[in-house]
Amino acid sequence: MLADKDRIFTNIYGWEPFSLDAAKKRGDWDNTKDILAKGRDAIIAEMKASGLRGRGGAGFPTGMKWSFMPKESDGRPHYLVINADESEPGTCKDRDILRHEPHKLLEGALIAGFAMGAHRAYIYMRGEFCNEGSTINRAIREAYDAGLLGKNAAGSGWDFDVVLHRGAGAYICGEETALIESIEGKKGQPRNKPPFPAGAGLYACPTTVNNVETIAVAPSILRRGGAWFAGLGKDEKNTGTKLFCISGHVNNRCNVEEEMGIPLKDLIEKHAGGVRGGWDNLLAIIPGGSSTPLLPKHICDTVTMDFDSLRAVQSGLGTAGVIVMDKSTDIVGAIARLSHFYMHESCGQCTPCREGTGWLYRIMQRMAVGNATLDEIDMLLDLTKEIEGHTICAHGDASAWPIQGLFRHFRPEVEKRIMEYRKEAA
Amino acid sequence: MKKPVDLNAAYQPKDFAFRDMEKVKEIISRYPQGKQRSATMPLLDLAQRQVGEDGAQAKPPYGGWIPRAAMDKIAEIVDVPPVKVYEVATFYSMYNLEPVGKYLVQMCTTTPCMLCGSGDVVKTCESHLGIHTGETTRDGMFTLMEVECLGACVNAPMVQINDDYFEDLTPESMKQILSDLKEGREVSVGPQNGRVASMSESGTTTLVEQADRLGIKKAG
Repeated sequence: MLADKDRIFTNIYGWEPFSLDAAKKRGDWDNTKDILAKGRDAIIAEMKASGLRGRGGAGFPTGMKWSFMPKESDGRPHYLVINADESEPGTCKDRDILRHEPHKLLEGALIAGFAMGAHRAYIYMRGEFCNEGSTINRAIREAYDAGLLGKNAAGSGWDFDVVLHRGAGAYICGEETALIESIEGKKGQPRNKPPFPAGAGLYACPTTVNNVETIAVAPSILRRGGAWFAGLGKDEKNTGTKLFCISGHVNNRCNVEEEMGIPLKDLIEKHAGGVRGGWDNLLAIIPGGSSTPLLPKHICDTVTMDFDSLRAVQSGLGTAGVIVMDKSTDIVGAIARLSHFYMHESCGQCTPCREGTGWLYRIMQRMAVGNATLDEIDMLLDLTKEIEGHTICAHGDASAWPIQGLFRHFRPEVEKRIMEYRKEAA
Repeated sequence: MKKPVDLNAAYQPKDFAFRDMEKVKEIISRYPQGKQRSATMPLLDLAQRQVGEDGAQAKPPYGGWIPRAAMDKIAEIVDVPPVKVYEVATFYSMYNLEPVGKYLVQMCTTTPCMLCGSGDVVKTCESHLGIHTGETTRDGMFTLMEVECLGACVNAPMVQINDDYFEDLTPESMKQILSDLKEGREVSVGPQNGRVASMSESGTTTLVEQADRLGIKKAG
């Protein structure tokens, strides 16, 4: 279990005020100037040494991402965009950073912005987080008033502005290029890549999009050293601490910061009070937000919560939104509900996703009650393969994976429902 | 996808003007010179809030929504053809394009909430208000809407009413909130079962020293 001294988010539950005074007492904004004085290359080297991988789902190495930004501006401004469009079902960690630790995010924004030559950051926050938005705006004002943002931010000689941009209810805007389109005042429809945002992103200028948690841990890494962060976790590719969200059928649902690579069973038993009705009452767990394929109990018994271990069992860490389902769960119905989500949130740009997600949902709805034929199972799986990899962004893939995961582990359950339904009908 | 709406319906007002032009200017100033189109979304939100403020005083009351005239006004302000604003307004789910009740009750029913009883919350809202999901009560007080994940999964089931989240709901607490709002009584937002934010209900499992100092309940 992660020791309290190694925790980054010491106000994650909002026991103390979010305000600048309280945040400073927790160690935020402590000589930020000295961190910036190390210079761009040293900051990026330290981030690389920490082994930090992006906390938004894809797990791309953060230091490397920052290094993709042009070293010298060609006249175009550089932008940092912070992805606070948290909408992946099962995930509610960034909300706690926004409302209880906003100064960690703002300090991280200054450091990251400086490291990539950006003088401005946009925080793109999902529109439903109205109160969290007020908190962020108050924190931004506090930081400006204290000289930590604005001209010569924190006395570093670097000018830096932070602007909050509120979304308006579109999951797809969590995709980085859809998010950029949205800031530009357009529909949130993803762009083709290349060009990648580091070459041409917001307003066709070099842009880096990072998740809230990724940016908010940066100051702690730079203060305590990349080696400290790299010393935590499972191995050199899965380092540090991570915020986990444990929802569904556990005794005590909660968010908690733990070490990367903690065994899934320990995470649930130590922090969430165990599975409702005991570990043996477990049916399956979605380990990393709705897009990651579910895992049946026998895998959950031993799997650890990190990028590579979960990939090895054909799932993923994603956003670390752990959705627990006990034996009372209608597992086909639960996944069918996710199919509804992906249908509702498809932006409508690519045909395989726009039409396919609707087909997936309609077939899944019938499968949930058994109103299907056995050969339709393979047809459905074929359909997921027709969508996967054939769209501009990963939304199509994400709509396919939960269904593929269901049939990988629970195909007999669906077959049983179909047989029973047909018996009754006859 | 949002359901199509009729931008020429009879209830559409002919004109719209922003009351707070200073605010409009401030919003445009958040974006680089020449990129005023970026202000489209915040201006749509501002318009919806202004209509909502008027609606709260009206009899019968109504909630915030965006008339077509407001979209046309925004197109003029950010200097794009009106269709570019319609496109945005019809894409994002939070922009109401037709009148709604004073309190817009958005019930999350995505899987994490579904596992924790959001179905019962939906049934409670429908039977207590006597309307189906998608409808508005006759007195103009409430509109019920089913929405996708609102990002408060460890506090499921939950609903959003206007700007506020109501979490860790039971059918009883849901009914109480609806009655209190109807009668104009104070409601407390956030978890309805006394929980501290996203902390485990049985007490914290981490940050022990701080918990002792601040008198926070510890698990076990």
